[in-house]
Amino acid sequence: MTYFGKIFYGIKTLWTGMKVTGGYFFPNITRKKYVITRQYPDEPAVVFPRFKGEVVMWHNENNEHRCTGCQACEIACPNGSIEIIWKREVDPETGKKKKMLDQHIYHLSMCTMCSLCIQACPTNAIMWSTNFHNATYDRGLLTKVLNKPGSKLMAGVEE
Amino acid sequence: MMNMLSINIFQTWLEQTHGIWYVLVLAGIAAIYLGFFAVAGLMLVYLERRVAGYFQLRLGPNRVGPWGLLQTIADALKLVSKEIFVPKMADKLLYKAGYYIVIIAALLALAVIPFARQIQALDFNVGLFFISAVSSVGVLGILIGAWGSRNKYSLIGAMRSGLQMISYELSAGFAIIAVVLMSGTLKMTGIVEAQKHTWFLFQGHLPAIIAFMIFLISGTAETNRVPFDLVEGESELGAGFHTEYSGMGFAFFFLAEFINMFIIAALGATLFLGGWLAPFGITDGLPAQWLWGIIWFLLKVFVLIFLLMWFRWTFPRIRIDQLLTLEWKYLLPIGLVNTVIMAWMVWKDWLIHLG
Repeated sequence: MTYFGKIFYGIKTLWTGMKVTGGYFFPNITRKKYVITRQYPDEPAVVFPRFKGEVVMWHNENNEHRCTGCQACEIACPNGSIEIIWKREVDPETGKKKKMLDQHIYHLSMCTMCSLCIQACPTNAIMWSTNFHNATYDRGLLTKVLNKPGSKLMAGVEE
Repeated sequence: MMNMLSINIFQTWLEQTHGIWYVLVLAGIAAIYLGFFAVAGLMLVYLERRVAGYFQLRLGPNRVGPWGLLQTIADALKLVSKEIFVPKMADKLLYKAGYYIVIIAALLALAVIPFARQIQALDFNVGLFFISAVSSVGVLGILIGAWGSRNKYSLIGAMRSGLQMISYELSAGFAIIAVVLMSGTLKMTGIVEAQKHTWFLFQGHLPAIIAFMIFLISGTAETNRVPFDLVEGESELGAGFHTEYSGMGFAFFFLAEFINMFIIAALGATLFLGGWLAPFGITDGLPAQWLWGIIWFLLKVFVLIFLLMWFRWTFPRIRIDQLLTLEWKYLLPIGLVNTVIMAWMVWKDWLIHLG
């Protein structure tokens, strides 16, 4: 490329860049709405559905969950964020003693959102919630019991 | 308001040191300029952040005060309240002298810029020469501030700043000489009055436009702004020459940088865009000419500042070898040839005179 060719090429490429940013700055001329900032506390936050906010346990309307207390998630968790407290109780249908979930304890303060527990769960009992309002003034509040009080295993999960 | 303070008043003041009115007038003018320095600096910081926001599909600061106008004032208050930290091994005198020199250089350059007819602190016959001399003193402050803070990053940044300033002063000088050839004077008011009918940008058509482009490029380089911000180079040098500065020391450097941008834009408006003169004289018959002058002048300055901001938020930073190639292989030879062409045009009177 010649000396003057380089100069004109340089000016051309600079003008190309300036056209792009100029189009962003003057949206009235380009007739597009460009500012994509969402002013969160004033406007509702839009979180995409696969956002990993915190681990929750799904309950249906009869307060039944799908967790059998098998501890697969506890084993899968790389940093011990999940602790399962289980109990042996008599199953009213069969009359035998059976391992059941007592408390599914989840330490949000330690969780790295790696999703291994959810992949390990054989019954799809736990899942991601998109809730991100997790800030608290007390660290203890970040340790959560995922199964609701009085909830029991949904029928037919173990078959 | 402000009366024109000629060099004679300054001389007589020096001769009769007890003239209280001269002291008061000088103090008043100094206060006005310092106030302008602070307000314009803060507003330019706000403007920069806001414009940058819109260039990057963001909103910029919009929470403090109406449209976020008080954001930079809040920032300044925060910076005032912070500790001024001096590194243990620093050369304290040089470290502290650094920002004063930068600010004094910026204020001195501000003194000769005509805001409107007779609204100018100092109008003397080598105003343009004074500006180009004083604006290169600022780099001295950067150099000794960085040397005094005893930090490798600071020193590397300051050395780059010196290199850049020495290189780009030349082509800025040639762009200014092209204008001086047309105006025939170095006096700032004289240059503006010479554009009474046609601005120099149009009066000198092609060579003037080339000179204007060279002036903008070297002006961007002299104010150390992107794409010539190797001095700061966040990705390489931390913060460059002001790495060790905190609190108001940092704020002074920051303000001086923005005032320098204002000075470059004001110089561009005065030299090429007719300074305080209204385009086609559309507000000539109206009352309060000084106010109209200020309005037109600030409008032109704002357009140029916006252009500089547009450059900043579009172009990527260039390497040091590209910086030197641009100056020594492109801008300087083109500026030289351009000056010769301009001299030929002025001699043959091929300038465009409307009216």
